[in-house]
Amino acid sequence: MSSLLFATPAELTAWLAGLASGQRVLVPCQEGPSVVYRPRTAEQLSAAGVNALLRRSTSSPKQAVLPQCETLVAFKSVKDEQDPSKVTTTVENPCKAEPTVLFGCRPCDARGFVVLDRPYLHGPFKDPYYGARREATTIVTQACPSVFATCFCHWVGSHPADGEGSDILFTAVEGGFVLDILTEKGKALVEGAAFADGSDKAEAVAAAHKATAEALAPAPNLSEAAAKIAARFTDTAFWTRETVKCLSCGACTYLCPTCQCFTITDEGSQLNGRRLRSWDSCMTPLFTLETSGHNPRPDKSQRMRNRVSHKFSFYPERYDGFFSCVGCGRCVISCPVSLDIRHMVTAAMEGMEGKKPAEAPAAPAEKTAETPKAPADAPAAPKTPAKSKSKKR
Amino acid sequence: MSEHTCGCSKNPYLPEVATVLEVITESPTIKSFRVRFDNEEAWERFTYRPGQVGQLSVFGVGESTFVINTPPSCREYIQFSVMRAGEVTSAIHKLHPGDQVGVRAPLGNSFPCEQWKGKNIVFVGGGIGMAPIRTIMLHVMEHASDYGKLSLLYGAKSPEDMAYKADLPAWLESDVLHTTLTIDREAPNWPHRVGMIPTVLKELAPSPDNSIAVLCGPPIMIKFTLAAFRELGFKDENIVTTLERRMKCGIGICGRCNLGGKYVCLDGPVFTQAQLNELPPEM
Ligand SMILES: Cc1cc2nc3c(=O)[nH]c(=O)nc-3n(C[C@H](O)[C@H](O)[C@H](O)COP(=O)(O)OP(=O)(O)OC[C@H]3O[C@@H](n4cnc5c(N)ncnc54)[C@H](O)[C@@H]3O)c2cc1C
Ligand code: SF4
Ligand code: SF4
Ligand code: FES
Repeated sequence: MSSLLFATPAELTAWLAGLASGQRVLVPCQEGPSVVYRPRTAEQLSAAGVNALLRRSTSSPKQAVLPQCETLVAFKSVKDEQDPSKVTTTVENPCKAEPTVLFGCRPCDARGFVVLDRPYLHGPFKDPYYGARREATTIVTQACPSVFATCFCHWVGSHPADGEGSDILFTAVEGGFVLDILTEKGKALVEGAAFADGSDKAEAVAAAHKATAEALAPAPNLSEAAAKIAARFTDTAFWTRETVKCLSCGACTYLCPTCQCFTITDEGSQLNGRRLRSWDSCMTPLFTLETSGHNPRPDKSQRMRNRVSHKFSFYPERYDGFFSCVGCGRCVISCPVSLDIRHMVTAAMEGMEGKKPAEAPAAPAEKTAETPKAPADAPAAPKTPAKSKSKKR
Repeated sequence: MSEHTCGCSKNPYLPEVATVLEVITESPTIKSFRVRFDNEEAWERFTYRPGQVGQLSVFGVGESTFVINTPPSCREYIQFSVMRAGEVTSAIHKLHPGDQVGVRAPLGNSFPCEQWKGKNIVFVGGGIGMAPIRTIMLHVMEHASDYGKLSLLYGAKSPEDMAYKADLPAWLESDVLHTTLTIDREAPNWPHRVGMIPTVLKELAPSPDNSIAVLCGPPIMIKFTLAAFRELGFKDENIVTTLERRMKCGIGICGRCNLGGKYVCLDGPVFTQAQLNELPPEM
């Protein structure tokens, strides 16, 4: 389904304010040097200028569905009055989800949820907490009006106006915004809204999308990335060289919209306590440290290898060829020592045999290049990886 | 698993509350815990396959992964054998009969014992690695007529480190199992073998013909025992082992236990050596 509506900036904020009376509305908010998602009330939203709601967020909106910390299980024990050494323990499931509108995602962010859905919802076990919040969340995405130097959604099967994972995709045009209603959830959200029909603006929308897409530098062909990066696994010298500067701070993983890792820890006591889930990072040495002292990834180069391989090789191997990186560039922007996953991916691929014979002879390795560069043999126009699909739901 | 209200059909994070029925001190560092769910209905419904694991938790301390080492035919309790190592295992060691714990089970894959029918099986367990061997071995022994010759090589550091002392006489005298026990160094009054598992294995020299090798133990023992089996002519697809990796969720979501694109908690812990050869070398 797809239908177009037109809203002026004032109509858009009024609509959001109206939504906020019945549900949680999360919007990007400037806080100090960062832009983060925060719930906003109807008053705050109607007072806000629309431009304040259109900033790209520093951290991903992942926490709308997967909070940084949450209670998985609450437990309580009651002592037996006759025999106080005996207790009866009950466990409770605090799983509940607030109806939520997530406003102002970028297409890469919305696709991030599709990436998380695969392990969280489509495996043999389903995560009920994630699932309930996902179900209760409607995603309103802004087609990117411009690109940043760190953007590379088009490397990984997407583009700046991709609707995958979104319920509504809106595009700024002369005089306001055109809302493309993509799903039933999206339709429900605009029910009763006083928006004009936007079908006459289809051309302006297409022109805006085209202008943004054309601003992106050409993408390398990553169709054989999974096999080539897998082949690079045992090249210890390569990973050591690429990771020399890494501080193992984990910023790249905490800001990423697709990093799925968490830890489970207990708090309180058997009489009254909680089992918590908190985000965790595969970039820290403790992540895989076993009690015996054995650690399969003691070195930061092994951890970087795992992170890059997970995004571009292990995940695609498990899930039909889809990359788990959506090309948002957050890890590139926020790394304190300027490590760049784009560089690592292209460098890891260089000179490696894929599953099929390489299309063109590999360029000589640019060993010390710190700035990302598309390989010399990159196609002139962005190429969509063979397996990547962008479908409207 | 327990009732809950969020509308999903099953919450894999919610443990069953279970009561410790019996605690057996196996060795200075290993205790076995026999537990049973408090909810009888959940207990009646509970089934598992040999090799599957569970997350055992002490409320307020945390969860840890242990293999269920009773065969599925045991309907009275499930047993976990726990080596004291860090925080959770130390708290588990302090448990007494009557104490309540949490159990999330069954998790992981299991030994492909249906495919082993008609074949000889050589079980090799080292230290706490005897726990997974115990489950599959007892299960296979219950159906001994379906299999060929069964043998066990069990090694520990010293006689007192040897777990399952209550089982050993029956295993040594069994008509369907040929048992060899070994300890690392000479000890007074020890009537069995002395020597490292790989060395003793080579002396026993089981035939690789129509045979499966199942080995579990610490990484170093696995490494040399694997080499010994290969030397004896066992093919990698007939060598079966279990992997250990730090775990949290146990259900393939938290991302902790991956080895390449596989999750040990979901796709393992049981792998053939041939399968492991296909995975990235990151042990
Ligand atoms: C598939 C599988 C089966 C196992 N079966 C048994 C068994 O039958 N008997 C037994 O004694 N031990 C077994 N272990 C090892 C056992 O899980 C660890 O020794 C235990 O988790 C250590 O927890 P701790 O809290 O005492 O240590 P701490 O270091 O205090 O705990 C840190 C946390 O890290 C994790 N962790 C640490 N080491 C390991 C490890 N080696 N494996 C998995 N998670 C770890 C746990 O979540 C633990 O709660 C098994 C491990 C796996 C993966
Ligand atoms: S790996 Fe980096 S660029 Fe890719 S999705 Fe994560 S934060 Fe964005
Ligand atoms: S943000 Fe940079 S320094 Fe920090 S862990 Fe990631 S790659 Fe290493
Ligand atoms: S323990 Fe969480 S993915 Fe395996």
